[in-house]
Amino acid sequence: MKKQYLIITYIILIFIFSVFYLSLDKKTIYNTEDLIGKKINEVELNLFDKGTFNTKEISNYNYTLINFWASWCGPCRKEHKYLVKLSKVKNLKIIGVNFKDEDSKARKFLLEMGNPFFILAKDKQGKKTVDFGVYGIPETILVNKNLIILKKYIGPLNIKDVNEIKKIINQ
Amino acid sequence: MLSNLGIIFSSFALIISILIIRFSLIEIKSPQNKIPLKIYKLSLSQLIFSILSFFILIIGYIFSDFSMVNVYENSHTTKPLFYKISGTWGNHEGSLLLWTNILVIFSFLFLVLDKNKNKNFKILTLCIQNLLIIIFFLFLLTNSNPFLKIFPIPKEGMGLNPILQDPALAIHPPLLYVGFVGSSIYFSAALSALISRVDFTSLAKSIKPWVSISWFFQTLGILVGSIWAYYELGWGGYWFWDPVENSSLMPWFLMTALLHSTLVLERRIGLYSWVIILSILTFTMSVVGTFLVRSGILNSVHTFANDPSRGLFILTFLTLMIFSSIFIFFKYAPTEKKNYKIFSKEFFILINNWFMIFFLAVVLIGTLYPVFLDTLIGEKISVGPPYYNFILAPFLIPLLFLMTSGPRYKWITQETKKFFNVVLILSLILFFAVFYLVKQNNLMINLILLFSIYLITQSIFDFYENFKNRKINFSRVLSHFGFGLLIFFISINHIFSIEDNFNIRAGEKRETKNYIIKFENLKTNDNKNYKSVVGNFEIFNKKKLIIEKLNPEIRLYNQPKTLTYEASIKSSFLSDTYLTMSNISETDIFNIKFQKKPFMNFIWFSVLLISFGGILNFFNRKKEI
Repeated sequence: MKKQYLIITYIILIFIFSVFYLSLDKKTIYNTEDLIGKKINEVELNLFDKGTFNTKEISNYNYTLINFWASWCGPCRKEHKYLVKLSKVKNLKIIGVNFKDEDSKARKFLLEMGNPFFILAKDKQGKKTVDFGVYGIPETILVNKNLIILKKYIGPLNIKDVNEIKKIINQ
Repeated sequence: MLSNLGIIFSSFALIISILIIRFSLIEIKSPQNKIPLKIYKLSLSQLIFSILSFFILIIGYIFSDFSMVNVYENSHTTKPLFYKISGTWGNHEGSLLLWTNILVIFSFLFLVLDKNKNKNFKILTLCIQNLLIIIFFLFLLTNSNPFLKIFPIPKEGMGLNPILQDPALAIHPPLLYVGFVGSSIYFSAALSALISRVDFTSLAKSIKPWVSISWFFQTLGILVGSIWAYYELGWGGYWFWDPVENSSLMPWFLMTALLHSTLVLERRIGLYSWVIILSILTFTMSVVGTFLVRSGILNSVHTFANDPSRGLFILTFLTLMIFSSIFIFFKYAPTEKKNYKIFSKEFFILINNWFMIFFLAVVLIGTLYPVFLDTLIGEKISVGPPYYNFILAPFLIPLLFLMTSGPRYKWITQETKKFFNVVLILSLILFFAVFYLVKQNNLMINLILLFSIYLITQSIFDFYENFKNRKINFSRVLSHFGFGLLIFFISINHIFSIEDNFNIRAGEKRETKNYIIKFENLKTNDNKNYKSVVGNFEIFNKKKLIIEKLNPEIRLYNQPKTLTYEASIKSSFLSDTYLTMSNISETDIFNIKFQKKPFMNFIWFSVLLISFGGILNFFNRKKEI
């Protein structure tokens, strides 16, 4: 009798905990990972200094990394050294999109930490960023010559990501 | 420097835990009747190291040492000192350090203060508690280390979420943690009692003060959280059945049941299994709550950064903990004879337990149902206040009645009391007076009012009786009185609240019931760390011919950039006037929410009374007859 109670209790608990476990993997935040393998949207951005940049121009380069950042974003500071590292890789151009930031602060950030960006654009309102399928920063998108999104990194880049990017480019 | 010290101190505390367990296990076999001094010394040094590590983090915050990631991410040099300090526990890592500290403090206090003569019981309790300490220190050091360094050292921090910059919120988490984590000590004691087969009465005596103290802090923590929501969130309410609020309420139900059950067990009457199960469940429910909040599977105002690895750690721990405690329970639990009679005090306490379990089940289902549905079927729903109010409100009526009549019966012996007595008749008269003033036709609200008045009147009578007989045990009377008042004022507040939502330009007027709301003008201010738009409003009460001036604000904080809406609340003795303002973008129109909330201060006061009943129980070692 006692044993039966024990087994029933355990079964109920296993069920509850499995649901908890499954729910851990579920992202409550809007997920944009299914954009991988699709063509990047055509977006026109203002450059940091003067002029504009259209995502169509990405086809001029073999590989392009688009990084969304801001001086007020802590994790961006963490990942910045990896971007500087990546800026030295051949066949890869890095485009920075400065997100909802003040120009002077952004400039100071780059002066302090180094500027890895081949092209630097800005998105003062944060609306253009959404067209890329980006909902928070830092996020980084790797695009090839045919404007296809190869990889998407949500959150700060780490050394693993850097090696992965290098591997994709060298293939 | 500081970060290294922090890591060293917390590692010491961790290592000492291992030592304590090792020496304790040896000690169990020894024939000596006393716990050796060595274990006391170890426990004291563990306490010192643990508290030191917490102080290191606080010092890091006070001096804005941005070489620590945790300080950098959650603080800013321009923040007032008070919020620098409270920022320490305003984030996941810091609050986890506080959590482990409380585990250690309770472990030490139990060792020193508990008067139980059974050595093995005490030592086993200490072992289990230290097992918990080890697990949480490991979690802290491997997954959520608050002492991690950042290089290069940033010149300025990212700031604390302005919504958290509030005095109520600075003390809300520590209060709740003492309640939550304090329950760990009777979790450990309950398991240890099963294994060491300690007798029922001494178990009840051992855990009663800890149950009272954690219950007191949990009640206060819930109160302060609710006050914060009322003043800061600007939604014009004090309880939203938000999943995170629920996870602080669920252990509270269990603690309440446990608090009453220990009174029965103290007299050897029974409920041994109840006390054991409730002790285990309370801490389990606290950890479940922590899991739900920290893993990010719930969406709520209490957002901690989303990190599944944390959730996985807590979930693994939770699974191990609950499975082993259930196993221990089934292996060691003795069979109990029922020896209580109907219409005795313990009978009513047993019914109270079932009520608490029912409330717990309702809240638990309401909280978990959306998570289960989303995970299993992929459908997103949210369970709102109507569900809870609809299911819980009717059950308040019998609960109030039982709270009134239950304590009047005697222990063990069965007796029947006259249903009609002076108190009931007096309550009926009072109720009709209230009914005449309120003119409410809803049967349920009337019944709730009637029975809450009955409880209040009976409690006042009991005060008088206790006083006359020089029995100075006001613990129960005070808490029950507070609960009666709480339900009474919540009902009255519910009936008389006025709410109006409208759009208005500066210079315009709006009439609602007895009030004229005049939007005079707008001002912008530049403050130290935020800019604000302040509206000047005049509210004219046509009945009483009073003018009140209110100034709701919209604030734009610099660090981090956040928009907050500050409600303007004029609180008078009897009633609160409540105004929030939000702008409609690219127009000069503002959306205004006007509310009149009667008896808010009385609601807060009632909860204070309830909690102070608990602290009286802590100090009162005499038995209630």
